[in-house]
Amino acid sequence: MISLAGRDILHAWGKFVFTGVGLGLLIGVTLIMAGVYRGMVDDGKALLDNSGADLWVVQKDTLGPYAESSNLNDDVYRSILAMPGIAQAANVTYLTMQIRKDESDVRAMVVGIAPGKVDATPGWPPYLVAGRQITRGHYEVVADITTGFSLGDRLTIRRNHYTVVGLTRRMVSSSGDPMIFIPLKDAQGAQFLKDNDAIWQSRRRTEANLALNRPDVPGLLDAVIDSQSSNPFVNAVLVTLKPDHTPDEVAESIRRWKHLTVYTRSQMEEILVGKLIATSAEQIGLFLVILAIVSASIVAFIIYTLTMDKIREIAVLKLIGTRNRTIAAMIMQQAVALGLIGFVVGKITATFAAPLFPKYVLLMPLDSITGFLAVLTICVLASIVAIRMALKVDPGEAIGG
Amino acid sequence: MSDKGIRIEGLKKRYGEGDTAFDALKDVDMQVAPGEVVGLIGPSGSGKSTLLKCLGAVIDPTAGRMILGNEVIYDNAWNVRDLRALRRDKIGFVFQAPYLIPFLDVTDNVALLPMLAGIPNGEARSKALELLTALDVQHRARAMPSQLSGGEQQRVAIARGLVNHPPVILADEPTAPLDSKRAMAVICILNDMARKFETAIIVVTHDEKIIPTFKRIYHIRDGVTYEEAGEGRGFG
Repeated sequence: MISLAGRDILHAWGKFVFTGVGLGLLIGVTLIMAGVYRGMVDDGKALLDNSGADLWVVQKDTLGPYAESSNLNDDVYRSILAMPGIAQAANVTYLTMQIRKDESDVRAMVVGIAPGKVDATPGWPPYLVAGRQITRGHYEVVADITTGFSLGDRLTIRRNHYTVVGLTRRMVSSSGDPMIFIPLKDAQGAQFLKDNDAIWQSRRRTEANLALNRPDVPGLLDAVIDSQSSNPFVNAVLVTLKPDHTPDEVAESIRRWKHLTVYTRSQMEEILVGKLIATSAEQIGLFLVILAIVSASIVAFIIYTLTMDKIREIAVLKLIGTRNRTIAAMIMQQAVALGLIGFVVGKITATFAAPLFPKYVLLMPLDSITGFLAVLTICVLASIVAIRMALKVDPGEAIGG
Repeated sequence: MSDKGIRIEGLKKRYGEGDTAFDALKDVDMQVAPGEVVGLIGPSGSGKSTLLKCLGAVIDPTAGRMILGNEVIYDNAWNVRDLRALRRDKIGFVFQAPYLIPFLDVTDNVALLPMLAGIPNGEARSKALELLTALDVQHRARAMPSQLSGGEQQRVAIARGLVNHPPVILADEPTAPLDSKRAMAVICILNDMARKFETAIIVVTHDEKIIPTFKRIYHIRDGVTYEEAGEGRGFG
């Protein structure tokens, strides 16, 4: 028996391909939406991986440093370093801001890293694609390559100028912003550094405050002004562990003796994926549901229309003795063929379009397989409406009157 | 009666029930011998289409008998379990418009019926080509229906109706879309094929041009048939 569906598709291949391409673009958007979600999750995991930490010590009762603000004194790391099981402890600051270069600016997460060396001090970019790591205490930058900066570029952060000495890759914040690494002291300054007018106004107010400017206490005013213009805080202490110590055991010890909040890798992942990007994930999930419904409606409408165009032929087929299941198979095969064309076009579209997106789009093979099965299911379900209509066609319609 | 041909006795068809009941066929008696082509004519609403649908096993008659060859297929109820198979194997259809399947070529349009009956594709296509040759359209065997003229399409439709060698063919105004010359050619072909394959052919028509060609004519009016001898000019 010949394939009626195949013959119909070959006969009207232009219509099928054109419709399949349209459907494919919709499927491509759906795959990209799934890729955006995967990219967000992967960005979050990359942030944790690249920090090189086993534990994150943050301000008590906060979800810092990524999901909430967290402030710790910058000497806390010393007492942590002295605890059993700790291999390395390093201060780190995070500040998302616009980084200026000439007339343009780039949104980036500025990471202040403590002095040390790569692979030993947590927080440092673990690898470079060009240039070198930061070797001076001030005004040097290692930037993620997606910032668009090049080696030797001069950047402006607050009032200070920095030189790009190294480039790295896949160093992004949980929201996908590229990272820029600068020395810790510079980063601490950048968090509080104000313009000259604001500093002058602040000093004038302090001088006018008689509680802080006492004539009988020499040096008090200078001490107060000095404390106001410096920042002794960091956002977190990144901790690596010695072998034979479990993260939970050391984390519990820090919680108990230092009265700080500590997160292990799995807890931090839960915060990032479960809390920080949960709303975005729900939003994308809802988009996916809407896109699936729209795709299903379009396939159903197309198959219904294609079937309506063949009502007379279906009546003739039924009259000359074609079984209902042959007619149903013809319609369903056409729906599945349309889905296959759509999926291939969608997959190609998503693969070529993903790199063009400003944020990371991660197309997972599993998502493609799931998408493929979903497309087939949608096509089969969508064809049911047309099949029901075709089976109701009266073969007598082929006979006049 | 030979083992082909069709005989209809006291066929009735009632639509609806009670006060709204309508008798579309009140008393239909017909007999068409193998190799015979008879005309069935009547005004609009006389019951022609209802009769064709009953004969084509598309709708259920209310009462009567239908004998196809030596087999009583209807005797106040269908004696045949699979009406679809009955239509496929025992009844050929030729429609007012050819209604060829547009996405199948000429050969496959004709071969589709034997294929549906389970005959292998190659054998079915051979049967189709034989008939297309008999109807002088074998040169268009690979053409698509849209590439054929109206006359060629109708000949292909006749080939499709004949391909399973059914005992009876129901032709519903087969010459309606054709000019006089082509209409006469189609009737000539139907007569030739009826004789060649010993098939009984019932032609429903309004076409004044072809009515004189029938040897016998059944008139139907208000659901009742009346037989009349035709002129049978030029055929048979």
